[in-house]
Amino acid sequence: MARAFTPKVITANHLIEGDVIYLTAADTWSRDLAEAELITDEAHAQLRLLDAQSQPATVVGAYLADATSGANGPEPTHFREEFRRTGPSNYAHGKQEVLANV
Amino acid sequence: MYKYNDFDTAFLAERNAQFRAQVERRIDGSLTEDEFKPLRLMNGLYLQLHAYMLRVAIPYGSLNSAQMNTLALLAEKWDKGYGHFTTRQNIQYNWPKLSDVPDMLDALAEVGMHAIQTSGNTIRNVTADHFAGAAADEIEDPRPIAELIRQWSTDHPEFQFMGRKFKIAVGGAAKDRAVLKAHDLAVRVVQNDAGETGYQILIGGGLGRTPMIGKVINDFVPRADLLPYIEAVVSVWNQIGRRDNKYKARIKITVHEHGIDHIRARVDARFALIRPTFLGADQELFSEIKVHFSPPKFRTGSTTPYDTAYKTDPVFRAWADTNLADHRVSDHAIVTISIKKHGATPGDASAEQMRVMATLAADYGYDELRISHEQNVILPHVHKSDLPAIHAKLKQHGLGTANIGLISDIIACPGMDYCALATARSIPVAEQIATRFDDLKLEHDIGHLQIKISGCINACGHHHVGHIGILGLDRAGVENYQITLGGDATWSAAVGERAGPGFAYDEIVPAVERIVDAYLSVRDTAEETFLETYRRVGMSPFKAALYPEAIKKVA
Repeated sequence: MARAFTPKVITANHLIEGDVIYLTAADTWSRDLAEAELITDEAHAQLRLLDAQSQPATVVGAYLADATSGANGPEPTHFREEFRRTGPSNYAHGKQEVLANV
Repeated sequence: MYKYNDFDTAFLAERNAQFRAQVERRIDGSLTEDEFKPLRLMNGLYLQLHAYMLRVAIPYGSLNSAQMNTLALLAEKWDKGYGHFTTRQNIQYNWPKLSDVPDMLDALAEVGMHAIQTSGNTIRNVTADHFAGAAADEIEDPRPIAELIRQWSTDHPEFQFMGRKFKIAVGGAAKDRAVLKAHDLAVRVVQNDAGETGYQILIGGGLGRTPMIGKVINDFVPRADLLPYIEAVVSVWNQIGRRDNKYKARIKITVHEHGIDHIRARVDARFALIRPTFLGADQELFSEIKVHFSPPKFRTGSTTPYDTAYKTDPVFRAWADTNLADHRVSDHAIVTISIKKHGATPGDASAEQMRVMATLAADYGYDELRISHEQNVILPHVHKSDLPAIHAKLKQHGLGTANIGLISDIIACPGMDYCALATARSIPVAEQIATRFDDLKLEHDIGHLQIKISGCINACGHHHVGHIGILGLDRAGVENYQITLGGDATWSAAVGERAGPGFAYDEIVPAVERIVDAYLSVRDTAEETFLETYRRVGMSPFKAALYPEAIKKVA
């Protein structure tokens, strides 16, 4: 039996900055995972991935990442995606740095 | 130090102009990512977890103060104020923007540096003994042949699209400090019975998914035959190495599958074919290169300031005992500057620290610096009388840690804090181990003990050859750390043996502590090192310390 589809977000790196971005339901790219579109349907996920991959002037390496629904929007289910949405653990750089400066 | 001639400068300028145009075409949409990726990789530009990463080559780990100052400039102007020295004597910048990289490469070119072939399926940056030109046990400075190999391999048309990458290391001393046996090809300067200098060649070493210790393919290659011989080896592998499976593409697998004798016969045949095409231009070039590496005029003078400080200042003495090595001139010393302050990221230096080290090299060190594969920085030539002043300056900038060769002098790859390939973090594990043993005030009592940590099976952190190796894996969505014991990165190279099941992130530091406690209780004398003890007693006391529950169950 095929494995049941689990919720996903579409994520990539920005072409110029190289930082982590997420596709929103409004077809824009956000630097905040909480603003990403949480996709629960597999067919829709494939279509959205094609949309993302057809924007080579903005994004690099778009893929589907597992996520789950949280109080403020999608949240990661794997530690790799947790690091991607936060930044490295040895310095307060990356997204955590941006958030600290808001 | 090698200085670029007009040809080198023109080549680099043209290459940088090409890459600038490629970046522009990527940004304006004329190039797709699939088209651009191999081009950026050829120029050392990766895309990692949080940002791009630029890997700059420091050929055979040698640089001068102007080059170090430029590395600091890049860190400050285009990155976040620091750089990461790697296990291949490179430096990595973790936060550049794609549009800034051409300017970074132009700045590097001004001091004769580049990022060419620090990635991709090419011959990578040639590494060497970090004490080259200074070590007391050296037969010959290996850097002239390393530079010859660098020039030959850069943009070599036959070797730009190989099945996989190819790493060469060069050593010229009795002791191996360049992990020669873990390289695709290693060159070791030797002397034959007639007293002639030539090269012993090893091939098929490598770490990663299938760790292998290099094998001798030729015990003595005469000086003039070196380049054609290496070319024959790479050429044979490039033809018969596997391209069906990238995990079986490295030369270690080719040697393993065909056998060293078969490879030797093929290399000999290929060598016979191409040797006549080397008409001596390489040897003329070698003679020119050698001049650049003439030793500095070592100054003489009293070493009294050193002797006095050694007697009266215990902090200086502790540093001198761990961080100095014998220089071939007796009133000089080799200084290893620890980039492993307890609790800090192994191999990370701030722009300010880089400038301090550059100034020390210019003021006291004949303008020479080296980067070691152990992720430290070396002042290869220092008159002993200058050591107290150097130590005082280092201390002011967080560079005075006295821990070379000790348990906190840890090799760690960037791991999942940065690397897109990683399966677990390495840096925080290294930071916590160093902090823990510093708190215990045990590390000088423990003595020589190398911990090497990789955040994935590719083994950039050399975990297989660590006395204690730690490999971070993803086990069902959770970080898990496997321990190997008894690895050896020197001429008596050995791949460590796996101790047993892995440990969770919060269990790995206590596990290392139990290994060390076991060592302290079973060692014969305080002089018996961890590795010697392991070789004498084997795995069992360490296994008992690591897995007390399993022992209970058996009982």
